[in-house]
Amino acid sequence: MTRQRLTWLVLVVLFAGLLAWRGFTGHGLGRVYVERGEVSLARERAPADAPAASVPRWRSVPVEQAEVRWTTWSKVPPKAHFEAEARDPGQDRVVLSWPRTIGLWVAAFLTLAIFSFLYADNPAYRFTEAVVVGVSAAYWMVVGFWDVVVPKLLATLMPETVQAMVQPTLKIPQFSPWWPETWDTASDAFDPWLQQWGAMALALLLGLMLMWRLLPRGGWIAGWPLAFIVGVTAGRRMVTQVESDLMEQAASTMQSVVPTAQGLSAWDWAWAALPGVLVLVGVVCCLCYFLFSVQHRGVVGGAARVGVWYLMITFGAAFGFTVMGRIALLADRVEFLFDDWLWIIDPNHLRG
Amino acid sequence: MIARRVVPMAIAIVAGLVMAVSYFVRSIEWMGEAAADVFNVIAAIAFVLGAGSLLKANLSAISRRDRGWGYAAVTLAAFLITLVVGMAKIGVNPSPDAPQAAWSGSQQTAGTPFGWIYEFILSPLTATMFALLAFYVASAAFRAFRAKNTAAVLLLVTAFVVLLGRTYAGVVLTDWMPAWASGLRLENLSSYVMAVFGTAGNRAIMIGIALGVAATGLRILLGLDRSWLGGGGSA
Amino acid sequence: MSVLDRLDRLDRRWIFLAMFVAVAAPILYIGVTGRTLPEKVTSTSRAVYEAIEATPEGSRVLFAFDFDPASAGELQPMATDLMRHCAARKLRIVCIALWPLGNNLAEETIANVIGADFPHMRDGVDFVNLGFQSGQQQVMTVLTTNFRKGFPVDERGRDTADLPILQGVKTVADFPLLVDVGAGYPGAKEWVQYVVTGLKGSMRMVAGTTGVSTPQLFPYYPDQLAGILAGIKGAAEYEMLVNEGLGGAPAAKYMEAQRRMGPQLSGHLLLVGLIVLGNVIHFRRSRGGQA
Repeated sequence: MTRQRLTWLVLVVLFAGLLAWRGFTGHGLGRVYVERGEVSLARERAPADAPAASVPRWRSVPVEQAEVRWTTWSKVPPKAHFEAEARDPGQDRVVLSWPRTIGLWVAAFLTLAIFSFLYADNPAYRFTEAVVVGVSAAYWMVVGFWDVVVPKLLATLMPETVQAMVQPTLKIPQFSPWWPETWDTASDAFDPWLQQWGAMALALLLGLMLMWRLLPRGGWIAGWPLAFIVGVTAGRRMVTQVESDLMEQAASTMQSVVPTAQGLSAWDWAWAALPGVLVLVGVVCCLCYFLFSVQHRGVVGGAARVGVWYLMITFGAAFGFTVMGRIALLADRVEFLFDDWLWIIDPNHLRG
Repeated sequence: MIARRVVPMAIAIVAGLVMAVSYFVRSIEWMGEAAADVFNVIAAIAFVLGAGSLLKANLSAISRRDRGWGYAAVTLAAFLITLVVGMAKIGVNPSPDAPQAAWSGSQQTAGTPFGWIYEFILSPLTATMFALLAFYVASAAFRAFRAKNTAAVLLLVTAFVVLLGRTYAGVVLTDWMPAWASGLRLENLSSYVMAVFGTAGNRAIMIGIALGVAATGLRILLGLDRSWLGGGGSA
Repeated sequence: MSVLDRLDRLDRRWIFLAMFVAVAAPILYIGVTGRTLPEKVTSTSRAVYEAIEATPEGSRVLFAFDFDPASAGELQPMATDLMRHCAARKLRIVCIALWPLGNNLAEETIANVIGADFPHMRDGVDFVNLGFQSGQQQVMTVLTTNFRKGFPVDERGRDTADLPILQGVKTVADFPLLVDVGAGYPGAKEWVQYVVTGLKGSMRMVAGTTGVSTPQLFPYYPDQLAGILAGIKGAAEYEMLVNEGLGGAPAAKYMEAQRRMGPQLSGHLLLVGLIVLGNVIHFRRSRGGQA
């Protein structure tokens, strides 16, 4: 047995032992509890003057009056179950959720599988990595479809279908792109409708052209939507970034040199102006350092040198902030293992 | 030639001009709005493109029996399961506002299969992947952070000031300083470093980037920069 | 082999272990004792608190969830505290997400804060979640001219034109305050560039950001950005202010950022120690090499 395998074995056995010990003490190990709820709805009676085709509104009603009903299970803290059991042993309102408890253990093992990479690359880590890649790609696609494509693109191009299946409150426009006789150009609603319909038709066309990249031939077709993306991004970014990151920054730099507080003595005024002056000097010196079309000699060279010092301080601070962020993320995962899974700590008092 | 280079360039120029000019001219604001809206929908469709590329790469890895093709199969399975569960809104109740429409509920509702995938797979995995960086930053700090010259010393000292000043350590270490020297207490020093030196350095970088963005934007709008078309070609 | 030689050849896994212990030990200690460290409040965090306090009761606030679970360790405590503060100040909260998973975090935060502690707030009237929209900063562009077009429906599938909370909202400028909890692109920087700067002061913005992205935002403060919660430390400071401002003993979930400052302390100390040790080894060895 190699040393590495032995280490793995010792780690796994040690961990399993601790897990078993933890499982038989206190409240045991991580579980998820859910509370049963009922959604029971009935249509609100439409007012007498409502148009015949108006969309019904729904309200919550007692179960016996419901036209539609279903059961929901919402997550509750474990102590809700302990309390419910203490009051009424064997109750079926606040119960253990097997799917979510299994999920919690899956999450814990996947978390450990990723941490195992710190020791050495291994199949568990590779498997987890493969899962996360597949899940994220599909997750983004699903979210993009239901949150953007359906309410924007399909709701404009196929409003009847979206109204029937997804969004009953969607207003069907009085105009149809396929029937010019429905076009009432004098109507206030016509121009916005035409703009929206045209924009979404264009989006669909460009989107389909973009998908051409997946095909083995005709990749240039995807160049057209790409051009649109580049143009839109560059056009707006150019103006906003100049306004926000150039003009406003230059203005802030200069304004900060003059303290706004009134009635300061000369000494206090100078002291209050110092940070602004240091910022101004720093900005100018750093810009000198970025100036590559002039040789860094003489005054420019000296300024550039000061600029480097400023930049080093900036990067040092950025490093400090980065470390702060990374440790916070690790703390979150460690807390998940200790609190949600192992039930060693209970900072949020969820179990008692 | 026309379809491959001229038309894309014309599209980029027109789209760019619309976005730039509509920022200032109220009467054509609607054009900028419409173009941005089209962009937003294309961005959602691009998720499909990303997923399609992933699918293609993994399928070819499996068919070629590349090294580690089993993991490609895992990716594929994870992708397909998530996709089917999410697209079909399996186990999702309709929205209480519109129970007559079967698909009106949100696919992200907690407790549904898609919600399960988020809560117990996607969320813990992405969070843990990023948490790994804490370990590597520690190792890199031990191995690579050397005070070799003035610039490196400045960087190191600032890092110390920020690291200590942004925790209770700063208070403990320098709380003894008299009131007149309170600016030198680590927690105040770390704020000062950010407010003055950090602001100046980052502002200069921002101004530099803004100038670069403006120049690149102008080159694209004037048709001088064609590098994004692929195959080089900058005037 | 000398101690320095041994340390120089130290397997990096020992450093990993040290980091794990440095983070895990305080979590266990604080988890068991419930003790937290007092934080000194910096001006940028106080500015966030004051900006929200200065927003008149009943005002609409746009609350952007521009992060995902990967940054939730840093940003979720801020999102929780910011939402609690806005709700307690009786502001009407409109949540949006420009990150695909931001919507999930918005839902969780709403359930955890409004659902649990402000049950009188009505969905669609006092708060709403408009969900996710793709397109990053171009969504912001649309919002500057037509809010409804940017978010046509809310998370529950209701038409945003029908929502009482959005009556009278034509563009994003109709929100006096923007709260962004952002992990990067798109996030606080883009909101400043594409929305806030162009509105010339009619909308104030505060941001809670990750440690990595915070330094890039400092140049915007205070002219374009009214306040910044800088990483988990900013969150802890703000949390203290909110807890003090609202009075009473805060629920444990509103102490999360302050609890996290324990592992931050030991983690930062370890990092400083490692850098010092690395340099000592380096200079001793290089001096030895020269001799």
